[in-house]
Formats: sequence, structure tokens, C-alpha cells
Amino acid sequence: MKADPKGVLTGAIFLDGDHACAEGAIAAGCRFVAGYPITPSTEVVERCADRFPLIGGMFIQMEDEIASSIAIQGAVWAGKKAMTVTSGPGFSLMMEHIGLAAMTETPCVFVDVQRAGPSTGLPTLPAQGDMMQARWGSHGDYGIIAICPNSPQECFDFTIKAFNLSEEYRVPVLVMMDECVGHMTERVIIPPADEIEIYPRRYYEGAKEDFLLFKPDKDMVPPMVKAGDGYNIHVTGLTHDERGYPVMTTAAQEKLVRRLVNKIQLNAEKIVEVREDQIDDADVVVISYGITSRVVIPAIEQARKEGMKVGHLRLVIAWPFPEKRIRELAQKVKAFVVPEINYGQMVLEVERCVAGKARVVLVPHGGGSVHNPKDIYNVIYTSVKG
Amino acid sequence: MSEDLLEVDESMPINTVEEFLRMDRMPHIWCPGCGIGTTVNCFAHALETSGLDLSKVAVVSGIGCTGRVAGYINLDSFHTTHGRAIPFATGLKLANPQLKVIVYSGDGDLTAIGGNHFIHAARRNVDMTVILLNNFIYGMTGGQVAPTTPLTATASTTPHGNFEESFNLPYLAESCGAVYVARWTAYHVRHVTKAIKEALLKKGFSFVEVLAPCPTLFSRRNKLGDGLDQMIYFKENSEIKNDADTKTVSLSFQGKITVGKFVDKERPTYLDAMNDHYSKKFGEKYQLYKG
Amino acid sequence: MVEIEQKKKSLGSVVISVERCKGCGFCVEFCPTDALKLSDQYNAKGYHPPVLVSREMCNGCNMCGLLCPDFAIYGFMFKKKKK
Repeated sequence: MKADPKGVLTGAIFLDGDHACAEGAIAAGCRFVAGYPITPSTEVVERCADRFPLIGGMFIQMEDEIASSIAIQGAVWAGKKAMTVTSGPGFSLMMEHIGLAAMTETPCVFVDVQRAGPSTGLPTLPAQGDMMQARWGSHGDYGIIAICPNSPQECFDFTIKAFNLSEEYRVPVLVMMDECVGHMTERVIIPPADEIEIYPRRYYEGAKEDFLLFKPDKDMVPPMVKAGDGYNIHVTGLTHDERGYPVMTTAAQEKLVRRLVNKIQLNAEKIVEVREDQIDDADVVVISYGITSRVVIPAIEQARKEGMKVGHLRLVIAWPFPEKRIRELAQKVKAFVVPEINYGQMVLEVERCVAGKARVVLVPHGGGSVHNPKDIYNVIYTSVKG
Repeated sequence: MSEDLLEVDESMPINTVEEFLRMDRMPHIWCPGCGIGTTVNCFAHALETSGLDLSKVAVVSGIGCTGRVAGYINLDSFHTTHGRAIPFATGLKLANPQLKVIVYSGDGDLTAIGGNHFIHAARRNVDMTVILLNNFIYGMTGGQVAPTTPLTATASTTPHGNFEESFNLPYLAESCGAVYVARWTAYHVRHVTKAIKEALLKKGFSFVEVLAPCPTLFSRRNKLGDGLDQMIYFKENSEIKNDADTKTVSLSFQGKITVGKFVDKERPTYLDAMNDHYSKKFGEKYQLYKG
Repeated sequence: MVEIEQKKKSLGSVVISVERCKGCGFCVEFCPTDALKLSDQYNAKGYHPPVLVSREMCNGCNMCGLLCPDFAIYGFMFKKKKK
């Protein structure tokens, strides 16, 4: 289905990543945002606060991130598309409720505009240190989807994609921005509403008496209903059966939680998205995501100019990780170079998938700024020659 | 002398509580002599006589013994995380103002971990009914001290006696801006039913505190007998003082209890204030938010 | 003088779900007409469920039903027969 034209700001506009993210949410049909101010994400909610009153949206600044992360879930069960926005310290606070959303299969979007951590860290400066937390941050086992924009345009596009994925898989989706992307201003093309593809919430359409809120029908995903439609649903964070009733047995745990994991893992090929450049003849492949995927470009160009066969694989969807593609490439390439603004997070996934078949070299960076492309180039050089 | 002829109806009347319960989940997990089930009866009767469209009623609980209420009520019910029933309920209500949202949870859940959310929802006057069952303890997890545990009482984390002052919940609710504040005990079943009904029909943040026995933990650890003994204590020590100054209604260990309807006032709800404000600001351009 | 025996008609009765009862005693203690007592019988869980002391004493007020934490008893009033 196409986007609702009310609210879509069609045109070519200079927006920073945070503002573009808000516009993406609006275009996706999000009409409920609960948030709490935290640098460098605050502009997202400020824009929502500004735009929502005249487009029938509800924005509320809640008393903390914990309240924000569950208020959006109440809104989803009342029938709205909902989003919350934060950065590192708030992301940590929201972990319990990301787990609740995964457990209750509540489709919603969490935006993390990453800054240097741990703890208060460097509030106004970029990092990519929350990537593993995005996958494993809440306790227990569950599947989750995370997407990494690298420009304000992508903040717009990928926020729409995040909403679509969350509705398709009835799962919380994380938009992993960073301060650099969030605060850079670039030209964003917002298309007319009838060119924006929206995945509508898949509501149940069968007989009321047969309805089971957690019985999967399509791709291991159950259809939704909302409060007020007379289904007398019960939603709980306790391990539950298909009716939604708590069941305290290992069998119920196995049935439910395995499906929550498989829902993403076994659908991974449909969800995974990478962008590849000059991979076909590459001896060395640079794997990057987020802002770093732009920083590597001059390094790769320089290497190519000097005759080195270097390719670039960019993670658009970081979780689920593109295991299949990495395993394929590991058969043919000599080395993978993984620059990230942290001390080694996604590189661990690369190492796992490569399983020793090629060299994997991390180019870490402490957070606070992006890499110097020269440092990435140096590692590419030694990987090609070595 | 003439007598009215009285006969048993041919068809036995059904227990009207059962239609509000998920009978496929009975019997419930609450202990013998626990007061939660008593309040559920009152809640069901209040709903029944309220005239509300039950398909639009949503019950939200937190974690704890009282938190299990949501699981037994046969309406749209949500068993959320510890302390966070109120912000979830806020999301439900603001996303669909047609819903009648009720938070039904315990003293530890709503005023310890959930304290921050309690005071803000009251401040904002979000239109919801909060039924707080106060059994002075964290029951589900084995009897730990709660912000409502009276001075000197014993709990598993205050094994040598509690030296912290406890909350005066009606005072807290009133000072944060609740528009309806009442306290009753599980003994006062008809008053509880009436208070819940009034709170349901009241626009704004309506708060009903119900004191109830926890025989297995609070009573046992403090050698207060069983549930019935605690109910008798409620009966013999409660004084009905409607419109009492909430400053004066604090509780002490097995002391006097002031019950009644303390606050019943009018104030714009969150949504009314919002719609009012934006209408003034934007004039014709603003469409009233209805969800 | 002829003695007219005043027969007290009961106004209502109770329905007791014996197996649900957990013997808390709320209904017996707080019945306004003291119409209930704990039975000598046991239910399967080992509790003594309530039983009417005598039919005439119950007025069907349903105080027991409101109090019962286990939904094991409720009271009802007899409907008047239309003449």
C-alpha cells in the first residue's frame, strides 16, 4: 500500500539525519512517538513534536526512556504505528522493553543515534559502539532486525523500511544511526506519497472464535489485532501459549522462544540487505556500515588507483547478519578489512562466518570522530600485500 | 394475612462474575485468604453496573500477585513489565482515546519501581483508573519490604524490622494532581465497588487504594494471624472520613485506618488540555485529536 | 386464642462451588445475618467449605459473593412470583 499523503513532505529538502528520520517515520504512517531528550537524538523528537499536531499525530515527551519504550507498545496495541528515539544511555535503559516487544511480538521502531560510550561518554560525538547491544542487549533469546543508514537520505528511506519490516515480521526494529549521520545536513529527496511503499499492519480477518493471538500463519508470524475490537486478547511478557496465556513449562518455552528466534533467523535471506561494490574481482573486501561506509570510499578509491583489487560490502541490515554472503566470499577472498568506530563488534560476526578461511583485520577507532581514511587505506595495503 | 409468594427461578441465575473471568484459567494462583480475588469481585460488579462498553475496556497490570489480575480478566488485558503498567496504559489511551483504560496493580509495582510513572500520569491527568491493591509487601517474590510496609513491620529484606517511613498514598496521589482519590479496605466490599465505579466514570487520573490481606507473607511474618484476622482488623480499625485531608491519612503498623473518598474534583485531562491548547494556537488548521 | 405460626420465608439463597473454596472464612465471618458456617465436610483440597446454617436466614444479599476471593460462593434473591 502507498503512504498517506497527509504529512508527506514531498520535495527536495535540506535536512539533517535526525530530521530526515522523523520525516521518514511520518511518511511510513507513524502517528505516535514517545521519547525523552538525549543528545544527539533529540532533534528527531523535536521535529515530531513540531509536525504531529497538524497531521493527527501524538507526540509525548515521557518522564524517562523506560516509559517511552513501553508507551509506544501501548500505542501499537491500540492500533497506531509507533516509534521511540534515543542514544546510548537511553538505549541501555530501553533494553527490558525491547525484550518485551520481541516477546509479545509488538511491531515498533527504536532509533539509536549512537554516541561514544560507555556510560555518559561523549554525548555530542559519533561512535558505533552499540551494535552488539542491538543484537543481544535484552536478556534471553529472541530475534531482532537492525538497519544502518549512512546519510540523511537513508535516514528517511531506512526509517520507512524499518517500519515495514517491523510490521511484516511483528518484531521491534532498530535504526542504528550515529551522531555523524544524525547531525549532518544533506539534500533529501522525499518522493510523492504514491511512490512510497508501506507495509500495512497485517490484521486478522477470520472468525472471532478461532482467533489465537500468537498463532503464526505466514512465515512464522501471527496476524495482529488491536484493543477495542472485542477479541478479549491477553498479552503478557511471561512465556505463553498461542492464546497468549502464561504457561510455565519448558515445552511452552521451546515452542514460543524458538519461533521468536527462527522468525528472524530462518527468514534471514529475505531480510538481509547488503550493498556491494567492485566485489567480483576483489582480493580484499572492506566490510563496513553506517557513517564508516562513506569514510572507506576514498581509501578504496586510492587502493584501486594503485591497482589493488579491493571491494566494498556495506551492511544495510546489520542484524540479521549476512552470514551466507560472507561465507561465500570467504571462499574466494584473501582478507576482510573491517573498520568500525568501536573496538571490535561486527568484526566478531565476520570472524565467525569466515571461520578461518581468510584473514579478518579490524580497523578500530575509539569513538569521538570518524576514521581517517588513510588508516583504512594502510590496512587495505598490508592486507593486499601480506 | 397475605403473603408474597416467593419461588426459586426455574433457570438458576449465573454468577455474573464469571463472565468477566477467563474461566479456562481458574483456579487462580492467589493464596487462601488473599484479598485480591475479593477486589476482583468488586471490580467486576463495578464494570457491570457502569454502563461502559466492555469491548472498549482495557486492563493493564504490572508484575506481582496483583499484577496477575490482568491474566484472569476476560477483556483486552495486558500483563506488562514491573512498574510500567502506567506508561503502557498512557500509550494505549493516547493512541485510542475511545478505550477505557484501567491499571490494576500492586503497591510495590506502582509506587516503588513504578513511582515515577505514577506521579507523572497523575500530574498530566491522563484519563485512566488506577486500582492499587496495597498489601504492604512484595508478595509474589516472597515478602520483601515495600514503600508501603509500615514502620517496624518485618519483611524478608527487613528481617530486623522496617525503619523506613512508608508512603501516604492518598496524599501522594492528591499532591501529584489526581482528580479522584479514595481508600477502602477489602472488607469494605460495597464501598470498593462504588469507588471503582465512580473512578471508572470519572474523567482524569482516578486513584483507588484498597488495603488487602497478604496472609502468607505480611501476616505470617508479622504474626498477625491469617487473612480473616487481617480483614477483622480492617473492619474494627477503619474510620470512614470522606473528604478527610489526605495529609492526615497515613497508616501505621496495625494502627487506625482512615478510609473514604478524599478527593473528587475536576481538572482538564491531558487530551482535553492538548486539544484546547492547539485549537487556540492553530485555530481552523487544527483538527481535534480523537485518536 | 388461636396461635398463628409465623413461618419465616427466606428471601434468597447461595450457590456454593464447593471445590473452589479455600476455607478463608470471609463469608462466614461477614455474613450480615450469620447465615453461613463452615461445614464439617472437606472438599478435595482439604478445606471446609461454607454451608447455610438454615435456609431462612439467608436474605440473598450477596455479601458473601463480593467477599469471596475464590469465586466459590454467591448469593441471589428469589424473584417474586407474578400473580
